[in-house]
Amino acid sequence: MSVLLTVENLRAYYGQIQALHGLEFALEEGSVTTLLGANGAGKTTTLRAICGMIRATGAIKFDGKPILGKSTEHIVRLGIAHVPQGRGTFTTMTVEENLQLGAISRGDTQNISADIERMYNHFPVLKERSSQQAGTLSGGEQQMLAVARALMLRPRLMLLDEPSFGLAPLIVKDLFQILGKINREDRVTILVVEQNAQLALELAEKAYVIETGRIVMAGPAVEIASDENVRRSYLGY
Amino acid sequence: MSAVQDVITTPAAATAAAPVTRARRLARFNATWTAITLIALIVAPLFVKNFVVFQMTMVLIYALAVLALNILTGASGQFSLGHSAFFAIGAYTSGILMEFAGVNYILTLPVAALICFIVGFLFGFPALRLSGIYLALATFALAVAMPQLLKIGAFEHWTGGVQGLVITKPDAPFGLPISQDMWLYYLTLAITLLIYVAAVNLLRSRSGRALMAIRDNQIAASAMGVDVSLYKTLAFGISAGITGVAGGLGAIAVQFVAPDGYTFQLAIALFLGMVVGGVGWLPGSLAGAAFIVFVPNIAESVSKGLSGAVFGVLLLFIIFLVPHGARQFAIILQNQFLKFKKT
Amino acid sequence: MELFWNQVVAGISTGAIYACMALAIVMIFQAIDHLNFAQGEMAMFSTFIAWQLMQWGVPYWWAFLLTLAISFAGGIIIERSLFKPLANAPILTNVAGFIALFAIINSVAGLTWDFTVKQFPSPFGSSPFLGSQLLSTHQAGMIGVTALLLVLLYLFFRFTRIGLAMRAAALLPESARLVGINTSWMTALGWGMASAIGAIGGMLIAPVVFLEPNMMGGVLLYGFAAAVLGGLTSPFGAVLGGFLVGVFENLVGTYIPGAGNELKLPIALALIVTVLVFKPTGLFGRVVVQRV
Repeated sequence: MSVLLTVENLRAYYGQIQALHGLEFALEEGSVTTLLGANGAGKTTTLRAICGMIRATGAIKFDGKPILGKSTEHIVRLGIAHVPQGRGTFTTMTVEENLQLGAISRGDTQNISADIERMYNHFPVLKERSSQQAGTLSGGEQQMLAVARALMLRPRLMLLDEPSFGLAPLIVKDLFQILGKINREDRVTILVVEQNAQLALELAEKAYVIETGRIVMAGPAVEIASDENVRRSYLGY
Repeated sequence: MSAVQDVITTPAAATAAAPVTRARRLARFNATWTAITLIALIVAPLFVKNFVVFQMTMVLIYALAVLALNILTGASGQFSLGHSAFFAIGAYTSGILMEFAGVNYILTLPVAALICFIVGFLFGFPALRLSGIYLALATFALAVAMPQLLKIGAFEHWTGGVQGLVITKPDAPFGLPISQDMWLYYLTLAITLLIYVAAVNLLRSRSGRALMAIRDNQIAASAMGVDVSLYKTLAFGISAGITGVAGGLGAIAVQFVAPDGYTFQLAIALFLGMVVGGVGWLPGSLAGAAFIVFVPNIAESVSKGLSGAVFGVLLLFIIFLVPHGARQFAIILQNQFLKFKKT
Repeated sequence: MELFWNQVVAGISTGAIYACMALAIVMIFQAIDHLNFAQGEMAMFSTFIAWQLMQWGVPYWWAFLLTLAISFAGGIIIERSLFKPLANAPILTNVAGFIALFAIINSVAGLTWDFTVKQFPSPFGSSPFLGSQLLSTHQAGMIGVTALLLVLLYLFFRFTRIGLAMRAAALLPESARLVGINTSWMTALGWGMASAIGAIGGMLIAPVVFLEPNMMGGVLLYGFAAAVLGGLTSPFGAVLGGFLVGVFENLVGTYIPGAGNELKLPIALALIVTVLVFKPTGLFGRVVVQRV
């Protein structure tokens, strides 16, 4: 299994404030990894640093190529899709337009309609609403749209920032099942950042725990899930 | 305005000196510069020709107007491109009172302030519904309308119509042996300092903080119990009032008022003065005013035919160098001082 | 009554000018979220370029197309060199930049072509339109071109990939970057298009108001007013706003006593401000719900 993404000594800053203090981790191609942590621990910051959205130092390599310092759109075009916190849906555009936007940077325009159909197969509810304004969709539907939009890129790596946020448990369960399916069938490497540890640990193979900008635990998801501190802090029992 | 702090790196992490000493050194640095500026302002007129004294008076007058704009835009976050209108109202109030009612020139100023305050306060009400670009357009409409209103035939008896009014320049009181220009300069300086100190105190007070809270997040401010409507309209009123005083002084200094002296070009000049000085930074008003008064002259002396282009280029040069205006320049100076003094 | 309709129709035809200007303004506003005060001057400069080309013997339609290309490129160059560096500066600083651009363009135009008024030809001629006394062929042409422009823009934004990308970049720049859109170049493109549209506006207006460096002053103001009235986010609103402003202006001039030429502008603006007080985001503007 080759390594798709490596992060070394990552420090990230919001203005004068340092949010990450030398993060290190690696993602294997085809794997699902989860990054757990409380509010403000630095999970979102990590994803934003990978996508070039904030000032950072250190080294980030995607498929062996360094990407730190490159622009967000350049990094995205290399094959990294980011489903941000809050989803970033284009609310006044239709569902279909949102999906088209997901593929806007692709050169193979002839395959795009077929891909849109595939998304509708993954998420039937989107097909029903394809010409509706995206802002009128429910929270769960918007989350599915966000994931579908990210997939339209045909990414090799997909970053998800708290996909369960604000969603009903049953919907989250559905969503995570679909994520698993996508990982297996479309061979998309996934890094999912979550506060909701339970489902994330069930989906992932590897897990990291981050606290105030530092990784404090790393290991197979099963082990992390049975760790007593983790259970008390993030699983509630 | 913390945005500036993000852009300009302060050597906060670098210095090993205790924060208290650093703050004290900064305070002394600032106080020294304030003192130097003050002394320069007081002493300079004694060494220059009358015309330069007149120009310095105009700089102070525009500084007052830019200060007013800083209070409105910088502190309460309301955008105005119409302050030339208040300037005009102040000017004409003084002019009319002096020429038709024989009122002493100094006494016309509080009246001008009051009238402009009322007009500004009333204008503040519809302004509550507008924000950003829409407010800018509405105030711009005011600026454009003012010269036309002043030309209306019905008022010609009072306003002097298109020709305007000539105003008698006052002599120094008590028979003091100084020229009219010099007297007017010191009078303007005193008034400007008074208003400046009052403004600084206002912004430091609870009311000032309320205004800034409104600027930063109106909804949050009102959720905290700030009477947003009252503060915003008051801000408009105060800003207009101060501009009115500036207008009155301007009328006295220039010795006449005419509609075409208060066009939207003045409104734009005041706006540029605010940006060049640093939005919301009161000391910058002086730098901004100097820009308004001197740079167009410099541009014209460089090239008569291309004076507009030279002015534009100079303006671009300044905003490229210091996008946050003179305030950014001052912070750079402060940083250099702190670094230098470290050794 | 006939006077009323005469004035309305005349208003619609002058309104076409404002509509064109308003369209260019809305285009740039969509791209960069500011009003470009130098828009009118850029349009004026483009018109002078067209005039100069014709002085050198270039036939009208070639000059027209060449001017469009030059304006498009010019808009992009100005954005890349002047406003891209200011992208992180505060909004008010950007506005100062527009003002500086205004001064520079106006001054250079004045020096190059001086301030004497020049004739600018119209491709539509100026005979009565369909035999009617109300509308000249040029005025009809103006309305036609503006409407055509609107349709083309609509098709561009709705049905092309790049149009979609531009809309996304203007709507949510960060999300647009996350789908791989180079938002910086979308802004440059917006400027180029706005510049070209402005050039069309200038070349349509010049036959009516005559070509000289200060010809766009009043027009720009009315254009702004129209764009704001229509709602800054709606091209259709901009065009409709333009026609409405033209009609307002004419009716005010005809029916309000004592409203000479000077008072027309302030009264028209006052009317627009009144509309804004009741509908703060314009007639067709998108109401932005402020979430805390």
